[in-house]
Amino acid sequence: MAESVLSRRHFLGSGVAVGAALVLGVDLKTADIAAATPTVRAAFAPDAFIRIASDGKARLIMPQTEMGQGIYTALSMLIAEELDLPLDGVTLEAAPANDKLYGNPIFQVQATGGSTSMRGYWLPLRKVGASARAMLVAAAARRWRVAPESCRTEAGAVIHDASGRTLGYGMLAASAMLEKPPAEPKLKEPADFRLIGRSHHRLDTPDKANGVVQYGIDAMPPGVRFASLACSPVLGGRVARVDELQAKSLPGVKQIVVLEDMVAVVGDTSWAAMRALAALDIIWNDGPLAAVSTETIRADLHAAANTEGHVAVDTGARAKLSGDGVISAAYELPLLAHAPMEPMNCTVHLTPGHCEVWVGTQAITMAQRAAAEEAGLTPEQVTVHNHLIGGGFGRRLEVDGVRKAVRIARHVDGPVKVIWSREEDIGKAPYRSVYGAWLEAKLDNGKPVAWSHKVVGPAVIGRWLPPAYDGKIDIDAVDGAAETPYDFPASYVEWVRHEPRGVNTAFWRGVGPNMNVFATESFIDRVAHEAGADPLAFRRSIIGKLPRARAVLDLAATKAGWGDPLPTRSGRGISLQYAFGSFLCTIAEVSVADDGAVTVTRLTTAVDCGTPVNPDGIVSQIQGGMIFGLSAALHGEITLVGGRTQQSNFHDYRVVRMDETPRIDVHVVTNAEAPGGIGEPGTVSVQGAVANAIYAATGVQLTRMPIDTALLAKDRRA
Amino acid sequence: MIARRRNWLILGAAVLLFVAVATWRLALLPGPLAFAGGTQVDLTDYRGPSPAGVPAELANADPIAKGQYLTQAADCAACHTAKGGKPFAGGRPFKLPFGTIYTPNITPDRETGIGAWTDAEFLRAVHKGIGRGGERLYPAFPYASYTLLTDDDVLAIRRYLSTISPVRQANKPLGFSFPFNQRWLMTFWSAFFNPGHRFRPVQERSAQWNRGAYLVEAAEHCGECHTPRTIMQAMNTRQKFAGGQAEGWNAYNISSDRLSGIGAWSAQDLAQYLAKGHAPGHGVASGPMGEAVELSTSKLTPSDIAAMVTYLQSVPAVHTKASPRMAGPAPTLASAGPTNNPVGKRIFEGACASCHAWNGRGAITAEQQLTGNRAVNDATAANVAMMILNGIGSPEHQGAFMPSFRASYSDAEIAAAANYVTARFGAKPSRVTAEDVRKMRAQ
Amino acid sequence: MISIQVNGEQRDVEIDGDTPLLWVLRDVLAMTGTKFGCGIAQCGACTVHIDGVPTRSCRLPVSQVGDRAVTTIEGVGATSAGRRIQKAWLDLEVIQCGYCQSGQIMAASALLATNPSPDDADIDAAMSGNICRCGTYVRIREGIKQAARHG
Ligand code: FES
Ligand code: FES
Repeated sequence: MAESVLSRRHFLGSGVAVGAALVLGVDLKTADIAAATPTVRAAFAPDAFIRIASDGKARLIMPQTEMGQGIYTALSMLIAEELDLPLDGVTLEAAPANDKLYGNPIFQVQATGGSTSMRGYWLPLRKVGASARAMLVAAAARRWRVAPESCRTEAGAVIHDASGRTLGYGMLAASAMLEKPPAEPKLKEPADFRLIGRSHHRLDTPDKANGVVQYGIDAMPPGVRFASLACSPVLGGRVARVDELQAKSLPGVKQIVVLEDMVAVVGDTSWAAMRALAALDIIWNDGPLAAVSTETIRADLHAAANTEGHVAVDTGARAKLSGDGVISAAYELPLLAHAPMEPMNCTVHLTPGHCEVWVGTQAITMAQRAAAEEAGLTPEQVTVHNHLIGGGFGRRLEVDGVRKAVRIARHVDGPVKVIWSREEDIGKAPYRSVYGAWLEAKLDNGKPVAWSHKVVGPAVIGRWLPPAYDGKIDIDAVDGAAETPYDFPASYVEWVRHEPRGVNTAFWRGVGPNMNVFATESFIDRVAHEAGADPLAFRRSIIGKLPRARAVLDLAATKAGWGDPLPTRSGRGISLQYAFGSFLCTIAEVSVADDGAVTVTRLTTAVDCGTPVNPDGIVSQIQGGMIFGLSAALHGEITLVGGRTQQSNFHDYRVVRMDETPRIDVHVVTNAEAPGGIGEPGTVSVQGAVANAIYAATGVQLTRMPIDTALLAKDRRA
Repeated sequence: MIARRRNWLILGAAVLLFVAVATWRLALLPGPLAFAGGTQVDLTDYRGPSPAGVPAELANADPIAKGQYLTQAADCAACHTAKGGKPFAGGRPFKLPFGTIYTPNITPDRETGIGAWTDAEFLRAVHKGIGRGGERLYPAFPYASYTLLTDDDVLAIRRYLSTISPVRQANKPLGFSFPFNQRWLMTFWSAFFNPGHRFRPVQERSAQWNRGAYLVEAAEHCGECHTPRTIMQAMNTRQKFAGGQAEGWNAYNISSDRLSGIGAWSAQDLAQYLAKGHAPGHGVASGPMGEAVELSTSKLTPSDIAAMVTYLQSVPAVHTKASPRMAGPAPTLASAGPTNNPVGKRIFEGACASCHAWNGRGAITAEQQLTGNRAVNDATAANVAMMILNGIGSPEHQGAFMPSFRASYSDAEIAAAANYVTARFGAKPSRVTAEDVRKMRAQ
Repeated sequence: MISIQVNGEQRDVEIDGDTPLLWVLRDVLAMTGTKFGCGIAQCGACTVHIDGVPTRSCRLPVSQVGDRAVTTIEGVGATSAGRRIQKAWLDLEVIQCGYCQSGQIMAASALLATNPSPDDADIDAAMSGNICRCGTYVRIREGIKQAARHG
């Protein structure tokens, strides 16, 4: 069973006897609440959702991983809200690996990603808080012999105003456990929220401001040695020969581990290992994928577009897409690396019959199973210490690194920390796949009467979460295409599964909607252009059934000063989306220099993600997500030659820096709808908005990312 | 047919012109040591320790080690190793105005290398620039310098080369177009511009000086890059060490002129530069010079380095007009720099300032100092742009390191960054254009 | 044996002098607050102060530190600028994943120590060498300004 170093050190405080606690679990699939009666307690204690002990604090067993998105804080707020506890009355403990107990309600496995945390836990966590509150009230009422309805709760205590009596939760915890959990706990009305909807300081940040927090890369089990690894530069390549002579003689080198597809050096410091690794002369057998290049990958993508896919939506558009007024365009996205700031790493200590793993992962049970498989153990024999994550973005939903680290650890005596150099991380990682989209629309009287969208891309869910894939439609691959904010009288959405050869692909912040929203929003502008309509007016005219979409569109347009005059070769562009359960509209403002250089000067976003749980956290996620998307739009591209990635580090895989950061204004719409996801929508909206702004500024519509400034130079001949 | 005849006519005219001009130039070109005065004597007549061979420290080394030392001193590896290729297996391209030439395989492979060559054939190639089949070699191979090497030293190199692992790698064909692919023309070139004799020490100079001269002129062949060339591509020894070009880089003036050359460098600076590739306040060896230091001069014994320094410091000053006085310290405030180049400033801000510092003094190590650096004070900014394009060294190895920004910035951006650097830290702002950078990329 | 002064304490380390300070701090002294991000001076995650000057510890051989004072994220709170920056960072919730923030805070506090009221251009000049993959730049800028105001 796993436990978190972080939770023990920073949230748990002193141990509290379980016996005196109210322990409540919730079945995440049905949101049914179960109390830990003395007879069944063994079955789920301590693996339950909350525990209220004699100190009166609620300890939340946190199933989700904190990777900067602020989820520790937002989920704690849900519990504290319904329990009428102050926010600091909730302490956190990272959940151990257990899909059954802690599976994400949306994925059914214990994973953090896809902007699902708030969407998945909004009701279950509030229900468990409300149930606990009801049981505490019932216990107090029984003790005071009054009607439960005559009691109220505030700041961690049950209060009977009529008699002026008060009992803290700590005093009631043990007896509350004897109460029956309510069949249908009553949730607070939004009007009564004290915490939800107000901005709160995050629980995880103080330790991040002073160097105290420990990420996976900071794990230091006693006696740890440090390893650096080199995998084949071509996917599927094998080690042919290694000349160790020079490397062995370098100071600090302990061991050289040569496996069939990778080489690792173990040293006294990570640096000693990295230096020796560089001094090794490794000859690789590249294998067949050495023939892969960016050109072959693109050619394959285009070839796939000519094949039949699976139909996601068909409301009779195809027959109408002929004759005059048919517009078509194709859009394309490149391979991208995640490049989280914390380089990939994993620390492993393998002893007979046991494997201990320190890692920051978005998918703890997958990490546990991967380690078990590579170590030849059962999952129960593997302890995973999950750490806070220095940037996930989907990269840490993959457990390839855990596998490699365990394989290395099998040859090392004692604990070994394997750190990927940045070059290894960017050069050989699983990537965001290439995607292509082929769109057609028919204009009749200035209105799109038929719309067709063919998406070509991989089935990442199909690989990563097979039960969620019916073999026909990968729900992520068509997210943002199958459902758009617009009312097209007739639509046709088709998806062709295409896995690029020569690279492994993975989820990447924004996932499927990155492609689909970029393509849809670019094409909407194109169609509006053909219709001679203003992009804002055109969008307004085709939004009907989704007033929330229209509201964010209008809000963003007003705030961005849509229509205000701009200098020449400057422009504004809109991207509107409905994805991850949230509505979002971004308006980008750009200026394009005569040589084609693009400066994004301003991004204005209006977001409606339903009930804004921690509004400042939402703003922060949108700001950050947009900069992540801006890096992709301006610079992001992984290219291959001879099966090898040409980028290696931040000097040639550029990301946006402070001096390229535009002014960003985020406007959060407040309503009482169920919360939508917020980690990814910002990223998704940037490419379309920037491309459309460039279109407005120059008349050139870019159909591929990243921006190719050569296409935008003023004197470029058509 | 007509075109063919025209080509022959042009060729004929070119040959005539060549002969006329070359003869005239030949009469005027002094020998490599002419500046020193005194009497040059044959090695056998020289009174004193021989300036050739290995230094005293290696007197008792085995012949292979001696051969290796001389092979390093002659820097054979730099040219005969392709990027990412096996050492000495050749294939490195040199782009010349008339096309591309690839260095040959000099590993002992019998078919594709020089394993089957006789000693005489090897000597003939190194001294005379004549290939195994009698074909003429292009002077991209510096035989006009190597001709000064003694037979013993050439054969010691040969012996060492026969001990390395053979690599089967066929030589690439010459990429020159007509008429430059006419190898026989090199017969003329050779006749005029290859001194064609072994090193002749100057009796009046010290043993150390003569050793230095042997190393600088014969083995290290410094003049091949650092001496400007005549239009006939011969080293113009009247402008000895006044600076030349190498693979898109400027090879700076290394005469003893205080302003344009290395006259203001202390002996210690020079020695450190040759041994470590960096002299405090003077900059870092990069590009071809970086390779020369890494593969050759850094492997020399301190006594040999000292000898080279002694010799180099005796080379008369040649003032080159394009060398202004170097700029002093730059301002610490970012905003105090050039304001007319926002693109360059932004790149410097993000990718450069954290190492080089806004005052150009270097933020982390002394190697990062920009002020006082010849490249930064060179108004062509050729080397600055080449450094941004190609970087220096590798992150895990000792010594200066800078990543290559070739892939991350456009030609215009690299030009802007180079211009910003010269304007902020150099004597005179450069005006590198995107087009210049495009050509440099192709180098 | 190499001796360096870190956060006011003299520390002796038995290590190859070529080892960058970053790895001496992390792997030898177990001071893991200073982060590894790129190893080639492009990201700023490893920024420490050497005699107050923000310096990329991933490219500084420990043998070159000499007797200059090293300040790390663990010690910067003891300086006035460092304390103000840390407070502003929490007040404005600058931090997301936090991995780059040791370096950001070190760079920002060095800026504030030398320039009590930096403008946008000064902030760009001082902070653009520090990459934040979570994209916290907007708040970093605000954080520096707030810390300056509360000087
Ligand atoms: S790790 Fe030192 S700058 Fe990136
Ligand atoms: S906060 Fe995550 S990289 Fe900056």
